[in-house]
Amino acid sequence: MSTSKDRPWLVRTYSGHSSARTSNELYRSNLAKGQTGLSVAFDLPTQTGYDPDHPLARGEVGKVGVPISHLDDMDILFDQLPLDQMNTSMTINAVAPWMLALYIALAERRGIDPAKLQGTTQNDIVKEYLSRGTHIFPPGPSLRLIVDTITYSVPNVPKWNPTNICSYHLQEAGATPVQELAYALSTAIMVLDAVRDSGQIPEADFPKVVSRLSFFVNAGIRFIEECCKMRAFTQMWNEITLERYGVKDAKQRRFRYGVQVNSLGLTESQPENNVQRIVLEMLAVVLSKDARARAVQLPAWNEALGLPRPWDQQWSLRIQQVMAFETDLLEYGDILNGSPVIEAKMQELMEGANAEIQRVAEQGGVLAGIESGYMKQVLVKSHAERLRAIETGELTIVGVNKFKETAESPLTQSGDGGIMKVDPAVEQQHIEAIRAHRASRDQDKVDIALNTLRDVAKSNDNIMPASIACAHAGVTTGEWAQTLRDVFGEYRAPTGIDISSSVGGDPERIAALRERVTATGSSLGRPIKLLVAKPGLDGHSNGAEQIAVKARELGMEVVYEGIRLTPQQIVAAAQEEGVHLVGLSVLSGSHTAMAEMVIDGLRAIDLGALPVTMGGIIPEDEHVVLKERGIAAIYTPKDSDLNKIMAEMIDLARLANQLDAFGPL
Amino acid sequence: MQTAISDPQTLAAKLRLADRQAVAEALNLIDDQRPAARAKALELLAALDADRLANDGHLIGITGPPGAGKSSLLSALIDYWCAKGLKVAVLAVDPSSPKTGGALLGDRLRMTGAGQHKNLFIRSLASRQQLGGLAAEVWPMSRILLAGYDVVLIETVGVGQSEVDVASMVDTTAYVVQPASGDSIQFIKSGIMEVPDIMVVNKADLGAPAIKAANDLHQVMRRSTQGSDWKIPVCTLSARDRQGIDALLNALEAHRAHLVSMQSLTMGRSAQQGAWAIRQLQEEFGNSGVARLGGAGAIARVLDNQHNLGELLASYNARAQHLRTSTKVWPT
Repeated sequence: MSTSKDRPWLVRTYSGHSSARTSNELYRSNLAKGQTGLSVAFDLPTQTGYDPDHPLARGEVGKVGVPISHLDDMDILFDQLPLDQMNTSMTINAVAPWMLALYIALAERRGIDPAKLQGTTQNDIVKEYLSRGTHIFPPGPSLRLIVDTITYSVPNVPKWNPTNICSYHLQEAGATPVQELAYALSTAIMVLDAVRDSGQIPEADFPKVVSRLSFFVNAGIRFIEECCKMRAFTQMWNEITLERYGVKDAKQRRFRYGVQVNSLGLTESQPENNVQRIVLEMLAVVLSKDARARAVQLPAWNEALGLPRPWDQQWSLRIQQVMAFETDLLEYGDILNGSPVIEAKMQELMEGANAEIQRVAEQGGVLAGIESGYMKQVLVKSHAERLRAIETGELTIVGVNKFKETAESPLTQSGDGGIMKVDPAVEQQHIEAIRAHRASRDQDKVDIALNTLRDVAKSNDNIMPASIACAHAGVTTGEWAQTLRDVFGEYRAPTGIDISSSVGGDPERIAALRERVTATGSSLGRPIKLLVAKPGLDGHSNGAEQIAVKARELGMEVVYEGIRLTPQQIVAAAQEEGVHLVGLSVLSGSHTAMAEMVIDGLRAIDLGALPVTMGGIIPEDEHVVLKERGIAAIYTPKDSDLNKIMAEMIDLARLANQLDAFGPL
Repeated sequence: MQTAISDPQTLAAKLRLADRQAVAEALNLIDDQRPAARAKALELLAALDADRLANDGHLIGITGPPGAGKSSLLSALIDYWCAKGLKVAVLAVDPSSPKTGGALLGDRLRMTGAGQHKNLFIRSLASRQQLGGLAAEVWPMSRILLAGYDVVLIETVGVGQSEVDVASMVDTTAYVVQPASGDSIQFIKSGIMEVPDIMVVNKADLGAPAIKAANDLHQVMRRSTQGSDWKIPVCTLSARDRQGIDALLNALEAHRAHLVSMQSLTMGRSAQQGAWAIRQLQEEFGNSGVARLGGAGAIARVLDNQHNLGELLASYNARAQHLRTSTKVWPT
């Protein structure tokens, strides 16, 4: 069989942190361990177009990825790495044209033909509005930037995947397989239509554009259904590209996709169980040869605890290598073809997806569905439904709502608590470095490059050549993005939490909590008013949304304004709205800085007694410090019982108003 | 969190200066349903500058269906007024869930854009009413804000009773239409033509649908305002592109000037406070209580002519006290 053995997928690890230098060392050691592609994680200031010294970047620099501000940073990031032999995936969206421009400029600086570059810019704005939250510009200009990168890449960087349509983050936000299929394919249709209508690509070259579109998909623990989902994607994409876009060459109609398996289902309690979850989820995307992933990256077992260390990432890398090189998986053709069970499940998913694609189209397409809040509402509702099922026990999660008895894990007992921490000094170093960079460059060249960029942004010309010129001139990420902000404006996406239907849950506990909310409202003289807020640049809003939905369900009046608030905005809202309680949510690791700024701000306007709670991925050993700073309660992924959280929050509001606590539910 | 309630005179003096802490405290007080707080709230209202409340500032209601772009329209108006140095306050009313009483409030940021205005204060409020009407607290809250702010905006989602309610609390009501949704037709059919003083067609950036909606409205407005002193203008604009905002600003100013010239600004506000007093009496004592006072019409005839809020509150208190202590009919 060995002659017909399938080639293994690209083996990647999503990584990057602290600085370009540190990340470069990490990449080189990963490649030495047998990784075959790179997957760059950028920090949130970079992803949202701010330099490290911008006030909004405070607390976020180098936390969830690497800060890349200009061409020299990019050069260090790829030090000793041959660009023409690398396959580099960049998780970058709103500023995707800029990162691609830096990568192309780096190739030019090193005398490498950009046509030889291989890799992917994620560059899918739809799932940013719906789930991931690193968007900057309004939908129209955002789509234009995507179109520009595609129409530039296809002729000039032909092996590049300029956009990677993501259903991954939709599943993280609660999407069902049907919704994943429908929204990812609707987004792909929107992008291809926009490229076609832009007139930038000759009709004869359009199939090339279609063939360069790739996807980024999620795989959850229901691995048979997930496997069917991948087969459904493949079949539906084949039909869409043939029927809608008339692509004749079957190769160009192939559904090419990369995968990161599910993080939503990874648990903080008994975290070792995540290893078997990751293995099974991976199986779903490699099992069926006809629908096999092209690139795979796996999360680490301890993602729900904090940032993974190099050893944790190595463990995930080895999972892939065992699957690819030890098992006999790659020796066979598609083992699922002809199975009536698989076929029936695929049909069911495809019918559901086609109906939802139709529904989105009837409402005016994806962008209209974003602006009206329809798609976001659908996701918030699906996620609430998932939490309801966990709450009632309909959905079993081992170690969370079943089989909770456990021996103490030796994995989390090491001195570092089983996670990696970014040195807080990193931020100050970057601030000094960016100032030194600005002082050392030729400012006239920078001004000219930015003026050209501004003019191009206002025109219908392609944004890429001006961006590449900016890269060579030493322009920074913040300057590039600010220039476009000035032209395009910024966008706040609908929060989607105004779902009209009730989310339900354990009826007895909900009734008991409603009584507590009503009674507390009578004692306070008005209903409990809760401010739910996400400070900083972190866009992962699923947790905050579910808290807001639940609190409303229990009868509270909830103020929630979406992502990316400054501590000053949160403090002002707490005062103007007259709330009884503030709930902060931070998942990017910047929780200490954010907590300090909010609490200090409240104290400065005499609201120091207002209880502030915090939710997020907050390592256990930092809880004491946060509580000393004035955070009243801390919730992490381990606290999956929303009712218990609500009971505690009600009591915090009571105690702050000299009322006795009700105690545990 | 329980801060001691300041004395009404001191608080009123701070409200005149739009002191943020005082405004927040006063709004919390008005919202507080406990008997001691309610008494205190009436004292606070009585301590406000009655002359200012009768004659100054501009109370504007902005209503319209969900998705019409009210928040971005407000954002454009706020930016303009704040840039001129005016103090602006917003009461944003969102519906409560009829089942749980809970509510989701928000959109503050969509109103303020990226920038922060130091002369802007936003309070969101749940409607707390079963039939889509406005909470009883909206009217007194709007007076708290009017005491210190130049422009007070009340934003409501135009469903059911709320758009009628808001019109009875403000000087000028602007109704925002969503083009291409059939709203203009619905609006015409719904028979609430008396509600708006200004019609706004937002999203002019959509092109043809906006023009069509505006044309439909022009025709209907021409018919329905024949012979009246105020011709309802139709402003077509794009809040997104900040196009056509000037015309709306002019229309708002023109309407206020029109009210002043007809001497109806002060009369209107008296009627608003009279209506609130009757509603309060109704909520506390029911229809039978109001009947014992001679009926809503009779009360209104007296209260509507009391332009001074202090005097009105005294009349209100006398009537409430009468109903609490006596079983007799109010001596008319």
